[in-house]
Amino acid sequence: MSKIQEIIAQYGNKQGGIIEAYHAVQKEYNYLPNEAVTEAAKVFGVSEAQAYGVATFYSYLAVEPRGKYIIRMCESAPCHVAGADEVIKAIESELGIKVGETTADGKFTLELTECIGQCQATPVITVNSEPIFDVTPQQIPEILKAYK
Amino acid sequence: MAKEMRVLLEYADRIDPTSADDYIKVGGYKGLEKARKMNPKDLIQEVKESKLRGRGGAGFNAGMKWSFVPQNAPVKYVVCNLDEGEPGTYKDRIICEKNAQALLEGMAICGHAIGSDQGYIYCRGEYPFVVELLRKAIDSAGSVLGDFKIEVRMGAGAYVCGEETALIESIEGHRGEPRFKPPFPGVEGLWQVPTVVNNVETYACLPYILVNGAQWFAGIGSASYPGTKVISLTGDVVNRTYFEVPTDMTLREVIFELGGGIKNSKKFKAVQVGGTSGAFIPEQYLDTKIDFDSMGAIGAALGSGAVLVLDETRDIVDVAARITKFFEHESCGKCNPCREGTFRNREIMERLNAGKGSEADIDKLLLLSKVMQKACLCGLGQAAPIPTESTIKHFRHEYLRKVQ
Repeated sequence: MSKIQEIIAQYGNKQGGIIEAYHAVQKEYNYLPNEAVTEAAKVFGVSEAQAYGVATFYSYLAVEPRGKYIIRMCESAPCHVAGADEVIKAIESELGIKVGETTADGKFTLELTECIGQCQATPVITVNSEPIFDVTPQQIPEILKAYK
Repeated sequence: MAKEMRVLLEYADRIDPTSADDYIKVGGYKGLEKARKMNPKDLIQEVKESKLRGRGGAGFNAGMKWSFVPQNAPVKYVVCNLDEGEPGTYKDRIICEKNAQALLEGMAICGHAIGSDQGYIYCRGEYPFVVELLRKAIDSAGSVLGDFKIEVRMGAGAYVCGEETALIESIEGHRGEPRFKPPFPGVEGLWQVPTVVNNVETYACLPYILVNGAQWFAGIGSASYPGTKVISLTGDVVNRTYFEVPTDMTLREVIFELGGGIKNSKKFKAVQVGGTSGAFIPEQYLDTKIDFDSMGAIGAALGSGAVLVLDETRDIVDVAARITKFFEHESCGKCNPCREGTFRNREIMERLNAGKGSEADIDKLLLLSKVMQKACLCGLGQAAPIPTESTIKHFRHEYLRKVQ
């Protein structure tokens, strides 16, 4: 049994547990390798197309490899008026990648996200779902340094 | 001076939200005890009489919703909507972080009313720490909940899953696409059995209604939408934070008294209430009460209780254009009016925002808005053009300034 099969098997008895299983796979791999989709289809008794349909519907699930740290910049209205655009530019220039890309060393992936519900401290970014508050473009180099 | 009224958040930061013991020490689980001594019909009647209306956005009478559940069905579910994806909203997170046990108690009360022993909390994927907190809280509650079991499921980043039938699809492990209604979830919901779906805040009100009585609750705030509302204040205000207020507080009191007014001594321009799907409101309406019906009367919506304030320097066309991108991204694509409509709305708004649009574009947007409000399958598509429409209505001059 492969590692992916083992992870998914733990959710096999959970009715409708495919999304939970995908979360568990992503915890290990940061994305859903092909095998996860094929295996989930088998375990949850749906077609591969359906399992793929679920994997690609939700923005927190990804079928392409991503970096070790996934940075998400909130671009909803409260963060937008608080200066999200400038923060995105700062992250892009610090990492040398555009939104949607992963750094060559596989460390960082930069994604945009809609509201993450931390609007008391806009603009907000998350790194692997940990929110960082009141981010300014000037702080970006310092913030990213903390992730090795 | 307008003041907060804390019911749900009375013991915020003074008790450990995961600990049932802490909660019991401050009077928790008395409501459930009382509810379980009542017969379900009387319990539903009590909730109806409290006039508690859904805190998620649709504002439907909670007791009425429960009364649609057929009593003779062998299996029924109590589902909690913790998918608060409405930008600018974080009140359900706050309720969980400050008073999670009240949510669990409220769900168990609903379970007794409709005859269900299984609850599900659907928590948005953006809140993994809330999932953890809730699982601890459920463990801690243990035997207090009796036969009523609660399971937490985590979403994965889809705004549309806040729509109750899309949420149900997601718990079932499918793409979160809304269903055609009827049948409504109360009759055919999760795994095709009768299901009540309510918001976190709605459930969390129940223990207090049971303990203090329906009349007490019905007497707080506005008569047609009584109780308190947890609101989250964002944007250009001094105090960017959350408040729990009686529903008869006015927007002006929220923004200028609790919120401390506009930041950096600037002037007020507009406020968007209810999250990103809400209308933008100019200053002349600020003396409106925040309750559901008062907001509706000025073409706005209380919705989730998010309050986004913009100061005089903000470019309203730019903000509205940004919002159209949100809806294009979050449209699930199931129905054509939304899939195509959110795309065109964004396309035309960006053109206008870039100074490349025409007056005819503004008319097109208004027509598109009418079509979407009538033809879209679910609330997402129906509400998507509201920010565009309301900004054209109240701030047309700003659009005209950008027209070629």
